[in-house]
Parts: sequence; structure tokens; C-alpha cells
Amino acid sequence: MSLEKLLEKRKSEILKKWYNQVVDTYPPETALFLREQKDAFSNPVGKATRDSLHALLGELLKPEMDSEAVRSHLDPVVRIRAVQAMFTPSQAAGFVYFLKDIIREVLGRDLDNADRLNRLLAFERRIDDMSMSAFNIYMKCREAVFQMKANQEKNKIYKAFLRAGLVEEIPRDETGNHKDA
Amino acid sequence: MSDLPKSEEILKDVEHAPPKKGWMNIPVDIRKGMYCYAANPKSLNALGFPNVHEWNPKDEDWNLPENWQEILHKGFKERLDRFRSVKVFMDICVRCGACADKCHYFIGTGDPKNMPVLRAELLRSVYRNDFTLAGKLLGKIAGARKMDEDVLKEWWYYLFQCSECRRCSVFCPYGIDTAEITIFGRELLNLLGLNIDWIATPVANCYRTGNHLGIQPHAFKDMLDFFVEDIEDITGINVEPQFNKKGADILFITPSGDVFADPGTYTCMGYMMLFKYLKDKYGLDVTWSTYASEGGNFGFFTSHETMKRLNSKMYAEAKRLGVKWILGGECGHMWRVINQYMDTMNGPADFLEEPVNPITGTRFENAKSTKMVHISEFTADLIKHGKLDLDPSRNDDLKVTFHDSCNPARGMGMFDEPRYVIRSVCNQFYDMPRNTIRENTFCCGSGSGLNAGEDMELRMTGGLPRANAVKFVHEKHGVNMLACVCAIDRAAFPDLMSYWVPEVDVTGLTELVANALILPGEKQRETNLRGEPLPGMEE
Ligand code: SF4
Ligand code: SF4
Repeated sequence: MSLEKLLEKRKSEILKKWYNQVVDTYPPETALFLREQKDAFSNPVGKATRDSLHALLGELLKPEMDSEAVRSHLDPVVRIRAVQAMFTPSQAAGFVYFLKDIIREVLGRDLDNADRLNRLLAFERRIDDMSMSAFNIYMKCREAVFQMKANQEKNKIYKAFLRAGLVEEIPRDETGNHKDA
Repeated sequence: MSDLPKSEEILKDVEHAPPKKGWMNIPVDIRKGMYCYAANPKSLNALGFPNVHEWNPKDEDWNLPENWQEILHKGFKERLDRFRSVKVFMDICVRCGACADKCHYFIGTGDPKNMPVLRAELLRSVYRNDFTLAGKLLGKIAGARKMDEDVLKEWWYYLFQCSECRRCSVFCPYGIDTAEITIFGRELLNLLGLNIDWIATPVANCYRTGNHLGIQPHAFKDMLDFFVEDIEDITGINVEPQFNKKGADILFITPSGDVFADPGTYTCMGYMMLFKYLKDKYGLDVTWSTYASEGGNFGFFTSHETMKRLNSKMYAEAKRLGVKWILGGECGHMWRVINQYMDTMNGPADFLEEPVNPITGTRFENAKSTKMVHISEFTADLIKHGKLDLDPSRNDDLKVTFHDSCNPARGMGMFDEPRYVIRSVCNQFYDMPRNTIRENTFCCGSGSGLNAGEDMELRMTGGLPRANAVKFVHEKHGVNMLACVCAIDRAAFPDLMSYWVPEVDVTGLTELVANALILPGEKQRETNLRGEPLPGMEE
């Protein structure tokens, strides 16, 4: 049996392990909730994570991986993790790499011939590509957040009013800035 | 090659499975993006608050007053005597967990300390230690712990990750309202000078100048004059408002956000057009005030005294002008203060009349004591009695959904009036899923003074459950407009939508009404209030 066929056969097992590992990046109480709450509106993080991983694995197993589809399936889950401040960048976007260990573990002794090992290397290349894509999306999301911070409503309005000489405010310190960063 | 890190070493950082420890043993980790800047001491001084000092949440040392523990203990004790509800909430939680997964901040951030039950435990653990025998004797076993600087930091961090939205209280079998616990906890923090600037400075401005941004009376008038010109360009009608008019029938008060921040400004134009219509058709005499120029009340997020101070200004102005009653604009927490607190704080407002709509004769029983009517109730009543000429087809480019703002919804019980108004002025309306609206509504993620720029990650995660439901109706029905009746929503949602559902724009209710409203003698309109071509008027 080819590597692809083997993977296809073990797909649901791989998906389950992957999902569990991603969910376990959250604190235990949260992980429990993400697993158990099935309502899509009460648990948008669990739902988006489940849907994204399912679609991404499907894409990986196709004869040709469609990079546009990969991006659109990655977006919801990366978009969420990009604003969850508990994660470092690698924790937020690195979850695709989990697949490498999972696949090696699931296939185990089936990886016994050179052909399969070669195919595995090629397959892992796809995982790398997908990971790169996840990091790109992560960066785009972070930029969007920084942009919003920079455009902060109050500053825009405040400055406009100030220029027009319309504001009489409680005086600030000389620079008008907070010491905080 | 040998210098390169091994893949497991790189992945160690990635394979983050947090430790399984009790919540009390996980120290607080103050993360950038999740908190607002410390209050500007000048603002706190302007309000005469105690223990004002410079400090930074990220610093090890918060420059607390030497006897801070004593101040806190005393403050806690005083309030336990004063607020029966808080004492009850401290004692009766059975930790059943029904509230645990109902908070949008928990759902979005994934941080277990944002579970309402744990948020309340922050205070309860100290309460047990300081005020119960079991806690004193058994300590941690009884869920008690001593107040120290780390606990204080944890309080501060998580009490400012609660928008006081009350969603959790809907699910608690005992009706425990974690919002009240947060209000109480923030009041204690204020005793130590630990407010955030996004609250303290608007409060100081409001106290002194009458509104959050410190806009002076003439500037407030300048802004409305500017809207008059805009409206005249669009409709050909001059809607010149009245200011500070003694003896007017009704005083109108709205959050200043409607006057100075898009897209609230279009809602403000809507009010002006509605009042002009009612004046021309029915002789309704409405005045604006340049002194009570703020409906919002950030005092609500500070302390009971501050809330009372800011609320009293509206009634003082109503008294000064000698109006019959007050009509309130599309605000969130203004209505919570009016409905939940005003009567026992500054009420009853006996010098005003029980509100009756002079055009329809409807008596607003719910406002009998507060003498303040919500613009959506008022508009719904007018429509119900066929008093408005409306052309809903002018809103045909819109597929609208409605966000129940926490305060008018859970704090006031107003669910149907806004929907009735929208259905009357728009042909395409789609509600979001049942468990995300009405009394179950999800907060915008930026309520209770948290709509700053520096805490954008908190706002985006806290707003995720709401945005997720908007996304659903966008994908299912093509919804492209999110309507709401709250100025904080109107300030917060454009950011939230741009991150999660960029195809959806944000509007106030009265903007939709004004676009459909046919003013007597108006010219053929070509654009809506935003200057965009009306359906059928595109080039
Ligand atoms: S009041 Fe709202 S924000 Fe606060 S804990 Fe309850 S659900 Fe969360
Ligand atoms: S639902 Fe009520 S009783 Fe149950 S844990 Fe939450 S606050 Fe406590």
C-alpha cells in the first residue's frame, strides 16, 4: 500500500490526535471546554479549530495541494490564535508542525521501506509549506492588530478637535503621552 | 551543523501544554494587549480620588501606599455592610460551574481565570480569609488566601477583563451577578489609585466639562451646526436644533460619542431629523443641552459615588430647564444606570412628569419613576401609531442584523422595540442565532471602559463570540450591516468587524430610521446620510 493510501486509511486517527494536541495548547480547564462544548456559537474557538484542521488534513492528502484553499482553511484558526495573548508566535502559528510527529507515530512500523520513507519526506515538505503559510497569516493578523492600535479612534478624534481648538481637557503631562509602553 | 538547535528544542516552545495546577497556584502573567494603561494622575486628582500615584502595570512595584492592605480590608468591610447583594454573592456560590463557559472573555481568550466563577473567586478567596472563620482556620483548604501584591495584581488584571455585561448571571441558578462583583472590586481598586486611563480621564472630563472628551458647549453646538449643513445638502431641509431651551417639553440626552465619532454621527443626524419631523408635523418641542452633553456614565465603571455624581447632572439640567421629561438616545450603560441605580441614587425625579408621548398619548409606565424614555421605545410607539412617513426601500441595499447591547437588553429588558423599528424601516432583517441574542446576547467585548487601543487583543478575543454570530448571518443571508443602540458598540464594532467579518458595516438604529423618514417638503434624496447613493440612484 502506498504511503498516501496508508495515511488516507488512518486519517481520522491522525485528525483526532492533531486536534487533541492543538486543544492541549490551552490550559486544561479550557481544553476540556473546547472539547466538550459542541455548540458552534457557544464555542467558536473549538468549532473553528476542528473545522480548520479537518479541512487542512484533507488538503494535505489530495494529490495536489491547493495553496489558496490551504490559506483559506488556515485563516480562521490562525486568526484566533494570533490574538490570544497567552501564546508566543511559535505557539500560535506552529501547530501544523505537530503533524510530523503524529504521522510518524501513527504509521510507526509501516515506515519500513525506502519508498515509503521517501514519500514521507515529500509529504513533510507539504507540512512545511503549510506551516510557512500559517506564519504568513499570523503576521498579517498581527499587522492588522497593530494598525488598529495605531488608528485608535480616540486619538484621531482628539487630535482633530484639538487642532480646531475645541478641546478643554484635564491637562496631561508635557508630552501628552503615557509613560506606559 | 552541530550548532543548530535540535527540532525538539525548537518545538519545545511550540508544544505548549500548560501545567495542571490549581488556579491559585498559577501566578498572574500580565500580558501586553490585555490591559489598559494606568490612569493619568491628573484625572484622578481632578476627581479628588485617594492615593493617586504614578504606576505601570508592567512594573514589579506599583508604588502602593504603605498601608494598602489595611485600606483594602477596611474598604471591603464597609462595603459588605453597605451592599447586601455583595455579601450574599460572596457566600452563596456553590461552584456549580453553570456560569463558567458563558463569559465571552473566557470563550475568546481561553484563559480559565476569565470564567466568571473564578473571577469572583479572586475576591471570594480574600473574603474567606478576612471575614470567615473557616477561611481563617483552614486557609487554602477552605478556598481562602491572604491578600498580597500578587493577588492584588491578579484582581486588577482580571477585573479589567470583565465588561460587567451580566451574561453569566443569566445562567446562574442563584442569580449571582458577577458584574456586581466586578463593580465592587473596581471600587476597591480605586481606593488604591488603581484605575485605568480610558475610564478615569473621560470621567474627569465629564465631571468638569460635561462630556467624555472635554468638548466645550460652543464646540458641541458647532458640531451639530455642521450636521445641519450636511442634512440640508442631502434633504433640502434645515433641521436647526434647539439648545438649552427653558420650558421645552422634552430634554434629549445622548452619549457624546454620537456627536463626535463616526458612525455615531449619522445616528446623531438621525435624531435631529426625527425631531424636526415631529416638530413640523406635531409641534413637539425638544431641546438639546450643551451642559448635560453626555449620556454615557463612565462613573458606573469607577464607583457608586462617581456614577451618582455624573448621573445627577442630567436631572439637574432637566430641572433647570423645566422640561416635562427626558428622552434618552442610543446609549448602553446610561440605561443600566437609569434602570438599576438612578432611582435610589438621585431619584425619584418628582419634579418631572410621568412620561407621556404627546403625539400618541402612550404612557411609558416603565419610566414612571425615572422619567426617562428610550429613543427606541419612543420611535417604536410612533411607528405603531402610524405617525411616521417611512420609505423602507431607501434601505434596500442593506441586509441588517441587530446586536442587543448588554445594557439595554440585560440591564433593561428592551428586546422587541429595536427589532420592530428595524423591520419597519428596512425590508431585510435577519436575527443572529438564538443563543447569541436577546437576554443571551454576547458583549461587544469592549464594554465597561475597555474600548481603548492598547488592549486590542482583549477586545478582539472578547468580541469573538459576537463576531462569530455576525459572520454566520453574513455567510447565510448576506448580512452587511450590524445595527445597535449603543455608542460604545458603534465605536468598538468597526474594529471588531474589520478583524473578523470585514464585509459588515456598523450603524445606529436612528440612522436607519432617518434614511427611511420622509421629511415634509424634502427634495428627492440621492444619497443616504453617509453620502452614499441610495438604491436605484447609483450612476
Ligand atoms: S459580567 Fe460579563 S464579562 Fe463579566 S464575568 Fe460575567 S459574562 Fe464575563
Ligand atoms: S452559576 Fe452561580 S452558583 Fe454556579 S458557579 Fe457560577 S456563580 Fe457560582
